Amino acid sequence: MSQNRVDEYRRNFITALGGAAAVVAVAPTLLLREAHAAGEVAAKPADQAVTNAKRWGMLIDVTKLTDGGAGMVAACKKEHGWGDEAHSSPEQQAHWARVVKVTDKLTHNSFSLPVMCQHCENPPCVDVCPTGASMKRADGIVQVNKHTCIGCRYCMMACPYKARSFVHEALQDQKPHSPRGMGTVESCNMCVHRIDNGQLPACVEAAPDAVVFGDLNDPNSAVSQAMKTIGGKQIRADLELNTGVRYHGI
Amino acid sequence: MASQAIIFRETNDSKGFYILLALLGALLALGALAFFTAEHHGHHITGMNNQVVWGLPHVFAIFLIVAASGALNVGSIGTVFGKKLYQPMGRLSALLAISLLVGGLIVLVLDLGHPDRLIVAMTTYNFKSIFAWNIILYNGFLALSAVYIWTMMDRKVKKFYKLAGVAAFTWRLILTAGTGSIFGFLVARDFYNSAVMAPLFIVMSFALGLSVFILVLHFAYAWTGRQLGDVVMNRLRYLLAVFIGGVLLLEGARHFTGLYIAQKAGVEHFILFEGGLYTQLFWVGQIMLGSLLPLSLIFCRKLTNNRIALLLAALFTILGGFAQLYVILIGGQAYPLTLFPDADVSSDYFDGVLNTYVPSIWELMLGMGGVALTLVMVTIGVKVLRFLPDSLSDAVADPHSK
Ligand code: SF4
Ligand code: SF4
Repeated sequence: MSQNRVDEYRRNFITALGGAAAVVAVAPTLLLREAHAAGEVAAKPADQAVTNAKRWGMLIDVTKLTDGGAGMVAACKKEHGWGDEAHSSPEQQAHWARVVKVTDKLTHNSFSLPVMCQHCENPPCVDVCPTGASMKRADGIVQVNKHTCIGCRYCMMACPYKARSFVHEALQDQKPHSPRGMGTVESCNMCVHRIDNGQLPACVEAAPDAVVFGDLNDPNSAVSQAMKTIGGKQIRADLELNTGVRYHGI
Repeated sequence: MASQAIIFRETNDSKGFYILLALLGALLALGALAFFTAEHHGHHITGMNNQVVWGLPHVFAIFLIVAASGALNVGSIGTVFGKKLYQPMGRLSALLAISLLVGGLIVLVLDLGHPDRLIVAMTTYNFKSIFAWNIILYNGFLALSAVYIWTMMDRKVKKFYKLAGVAAFTWRLILTAGTGSIFGFLVARDFYNSAVMAPLFIVMSFALGLSVFILVLHFAYAWTGRQLGDVVMNRLRYLLAVFIGGVLLLEGARHFTGLYIAQKAGVEHFILFEGGLYTQLFWVGQIMLGSLLPLSLIFCRKLTNNRIALLLAALFTILGGFAQLYVILIGGQAYPLTLFPDADVSSDYFDGVLNTYVPSIWELMLGMGGVALTLVMVTIGVKVLRFLPDSLSDAVADPHSK
């Protein structure tokens, strides 16, 4: 993000601290609504840096996603406006999130899940970026600073989840809250603009019964409690990236 | 240093010089056109996409960068290892190294999504990134090679000749290891994360750099009517064979072990047996035409002292290296990422399928522009400065000095 946006985050965060609510542990089945009601994503006050007191993350219960996550993906697309690049080929169009169908080779059992940036704690995309444009906020959100990204795409080579897209053409009609730019790389940013405003990410809002969002650092948060109860698997856990997006039922 | 006996001279003004420059200039112009077109329209006009994110420009760029490091070898052998026969070629070797590196870097930079932000890349470093380290390594290499040339050309600083040579030699080994490590660091790409990558790139650089050097040396002498004897060329000939053998050995080790590492077995099978174009490029391009053919051209008894055979050997080594980089770079990306090792995956975004990549004419033009820039720099370099010994005939080269 640019210095302006850093400052903006700082300002917003003060608000968050001021309004930070006590976190309530709730029954896993009611998690999400409770979480929201409990104000886990508090609006942020101004003039304070994003701290590592929180680490945002989510647990997606694949067994409760009747559409395999298509609704979540659609909500993301609507929120950020990616994927309709007119001149780009399907291979070139941006995809911040997608539904992947998985079929076990032995049992032929299948399920579908939405795959987006997993907000790794040890993100390869951040390690490799020569300029530091690919960055992890103190609160665990991984995103690209569009103003210092030189478009080398090394981070795309490094991401194990194909979570990143390069913008192959000039864009029109962008969403003011989610600026994008030709020649830079982009990916799911957990809807920082919403989180910093005390709202849930768009995809979470689109699947309230299947997704729990919250602070992974807080053992009493709804998402931590849900993971404690039903577990939270990582895609490619063998890579030891400690992802912030976790799944149940994969 | 052998320069007492050797006279260095600029190349002459000739029609050929200007014709060559005009040809290369045309290629440069095409490269510039490609750059401005992609800059204006965005990368959608290229064949690269979000599945195969690095394409033909990167094959060109990495080829030139790798060859740059190897081109300095001839100078290094003379300076660092004290082999007198190689010393008169040190200047050309360093000039070629600089030119190749600049040619490669320009392609890399002009392919960026934001080439206008080069200054960001030069001033903001993420020191965790091997890419950032490479930027430093490349700049240092240019500086060291320039100093090395200076110590060869200016008697006043001749006492630093050895020091500069050793520094440049060491630096470039690190540089090539660094270039290889760009791939080594990609943990999730099964084809790349191998410890063999760095040493492989070093030996590749020897073979490719020497091949380019042989061709440039020959034509620089042939086109300016200077003498270039078999003593020098045969030395380079057998050196080339050693390097080609080295690449084969490391490639063998890499692919053989790959087949037995469960994680890599899939992509290895793909490249070696089922990869269509990539499999052909590997076996026919890299192994047969790019390695075995040059080796037989070098070792065939009937072709001893045959200059054409040597030139062809160098040319095919270059083509083989190009094929090899294409297979590594594009083939490695064509094979899909593994999200779930024991399952088949599919999506509306090319999960679980082989990715296709068809390079566009723009990418070819950009890459050729980089090659042209390298050759322009060499051509002008030898014209305006004393890079080339007046003669490298057998009498001058003196086979009896070690
Ligand atoms: S999922 Fe990919 S883009 Fe997201 S943090 Fe991890 S490596 Fe980076
Ligand atoms: S494309 Fe941008 S964010 Fe990605 S590694 Fe390069 S500079 Fe960093």
